[in-house]
Amino acid sequence: MANLNLVQAINLALIQEMEKNPDIVLLGEDIGVNGGVFRVTEGLQKRFGEKRVFDTPLAESGIIGLSIGLAMGGLHPVPEIQFEGFLGPAYDQICSHAARMRSRTRGAFTVPMTIRIPVGGGIHAPELHSDSPEAIYAHTPGLKVVMPSSPYDAKGLLVAALRDPDPVLYFEPKRIYRAFREEVPEDEYTLPIGKARTVCEGTDLTIVSWGASVIQCMQAIEKSDKSIELIDLRTIYPFDMDAVAESVKKTGRCVVVHEAPLTCGFGSEIAARIMEKCFLELEAPVQRVAGFDTTMPYYKLELDYLPDANRVTRAIEDCLAY
Amino acid sequence: MPITTAYEAKIERISILDEKGNFDEKLGKGLIPDTDLVKLYEAMVSCRQLDQVAFRLQRSGRMGTYPQNMGQEATSLGASYVLRKDDWMVTCYRENCGLFWRGVPKEAILLHWMGDERGNAMPKPHWVTPIYVPLGTQMLHAAGLTMAARYKGEDKIACTFFGDGASSEGDFHEACNFASNLKIPVVFVCQNNFWAISTPSKINSAAPTFAQRGLSYGMPCLQCDGNDLFATVYTMKKSVEYTRSTGLPCFVEMVTYRLGDHTTADDASRYRDKAEVDAWKNRDPITRIRDYMTARKLWDDAKEAALLTKVEEENAAAVARAEGIDAPHRSDFFDSMYAETPQDLVVQRETMHTHSLGQDPSQLPPEAQERARQMAAEAAAAHANH
Repeated sequence: MANLNLVQAINLALIQEMEKNPDIVLLGEDIGVNGGVFRVTEGLQKRFGEKRVFDTPLAESGIIGLSIGLAMGGLHPVPEIQFEGFLGPAYDQICSHAARMRSRTRGAFTVPMTIRIPVGGGIHAPELHSDSPEAIYAHTPGLKVVMPSSPYDAKGLLVAALRDPDPVLYFEPKRIYRAFREEVPEDEYTLPIGKARTVCEGTDLTIVSWGASVIQCMQAIEKSDKSIELIDLRTIYPFDMDAVAESVKKTGRCVVVHEAPLTCGFGSEIAARIMEKCFLELEAPVQRVAGFDTTMPYYKLELDYLPDANRVTRAIEDCLAY
Repeated sequence: MPITTAYEAKIERISILDEKGNFDEKLGKGLIPDTDLVKLYEAMVSCRQLDQVAFRLQRSGRMGTYPQNMGQEATSLGASYVLRKDDWMVTCYRENCGLFWRGVPKEAILLHWMGDERGNAMPKPHWVTPIYVPLGTQMLHAAGLTMAARYKGEDKIACTFFGDGASSEGDFHEACNFASNLKIPVVFVCQNNFWAISTPSKINSAAPTFAQRGLSYGMPCLQCDGNDLFATVYTMKKSVEYTRSTGLPCFVEMVTYRLGDHTTADDASRYRDKAEVDAWKNRDPITRIRDYMTARKLWDDAKEAALLTKVEEENAAAVARAEGIDAPHRSDFFDSMYAETPQDLVVQRETMHTHSLGQDPSQLPPEAQERARQMAAEAAAAHANH
């Protein structure tokens, strides 16, 4: 066991899986000598050589397109897109090709790759360095979308992604890259993609969240005298509706919290599914706490944009008042 | 003859005032009048001083991530000096000197990096676009802006700046291809500063020059010493003249060097040698001009001291204006989303701190409705007063 932050947990997972699987290669902008702008790939080029960890020209579409070829050719590439805001040029390769390759070739070609992407706001970054686009990719059939909220989860989910036969977008919430440490086993373990984690149990209300927002939810729960259950989805797609439904059937009330904008955010899907699965057990309408339907503001106002514990608290109160 | 030469090309490199002080009279004489040279020098000194101030502001928590311009002042300034004031200048984020020469207020650039969109609210007469963050995207906009101007019967051209790294992006190649094939008068300026964060320019192009990227799109291409203001001015004059007279695009590579880190969030000592940086410090565009002017008795220590005092004062005033701006209202980011804010967004704005999103207040229980009404009224009043 080691006491690691999220960056170190990801680094450890990469090292251990690369040692086991010689077909894993890492590529991206500044990931080699510089170890990535967040130092997630620190030391990996030295350890595994330039053949397995290499810097690319500055071109996101190129990085993903090349990775698709690498994956179709039998490797497991781990491309890094430096910030989620730079996914734009790669969208075509991800959604028009990576997501569809298995289906359109009926399995003759597949794209096992893990795209690592720092995501989300809260670190005073410049524009296009603070967005939360996970729902766009959850909406694209053929992709898996993962977002850990803790170092332990980060390692287990990344190992699972690195062994997955399909393309996985692995979003790393940069706000909690170094926010806290926890015990992370050196030993091998995986956390299944598609399974949620019940962070704390409760009987009055269910909160569903993922990524850095889980921390805001925990703060709100600590301040509350009610018995609140918190579910961390861990995986946005495929998502663990069984865990959500089981909890909401027990509590009858649900608040969904995410950083991404409200409209067509993944909270919309959760709310609709709860309507379908738990209608008779519901005591109140599902409440959502999300980013607003605006462009992510520059950092002077980012904390007004991002869901915080106070907004979660008000949603809990509203939901319980019914 | 089974094998013939289908195409042959060479790239000319322009250098007028080199780092040792050698001056090419043939190209340089009369190129920049002395009075202009002094002003251009002052602009570079002022830009450099503000760059250092911005760096310190970031280090002391008064500014967010900031990309230093240090060492690259002569590139965009040369272009800005040559262009007509109503030509479009479509830049990236390391062209402060050229933007300030056009009259863009310094506080606008500071505000951008202070996390405030109002820094981008540049008045149109400067004919510049806001800072572009995702690399390599703005060159297509330069082509579009110029095409629109031509469509409306205006004779302006555009000059667009981007880096060696950005020239790896697909959009760069699309912009070159569009401008060439649709005959759009854009001067493409690749500012080769050798480093895209930690990626050396050799990873971004295996060819000996970046200038030759333009060849494959049928553009005339020039390379110049980007740390030599005379060379950037000469090269831009040739290029602008060509583009304005023919209505066709052309391509320039300015070879310069990023003396600072990529941004204040970067530590370049992790990936490049100090010896390389030191060598480039000896090729500094500012000292080169100062030595030249001193040798020609256009400049002396007293003028230098007076200038430094003046720019310190001016830049301190710009910082004061940037920091003195009213704090944005907490709901400020709602108001510029659309020409007319959709009703759904109005509701989000007015209830942003009162209850869950997507909630119809009338659906709340009575007690919560009352609380929401009070908070919404307070928020609306605060918004109205702002």
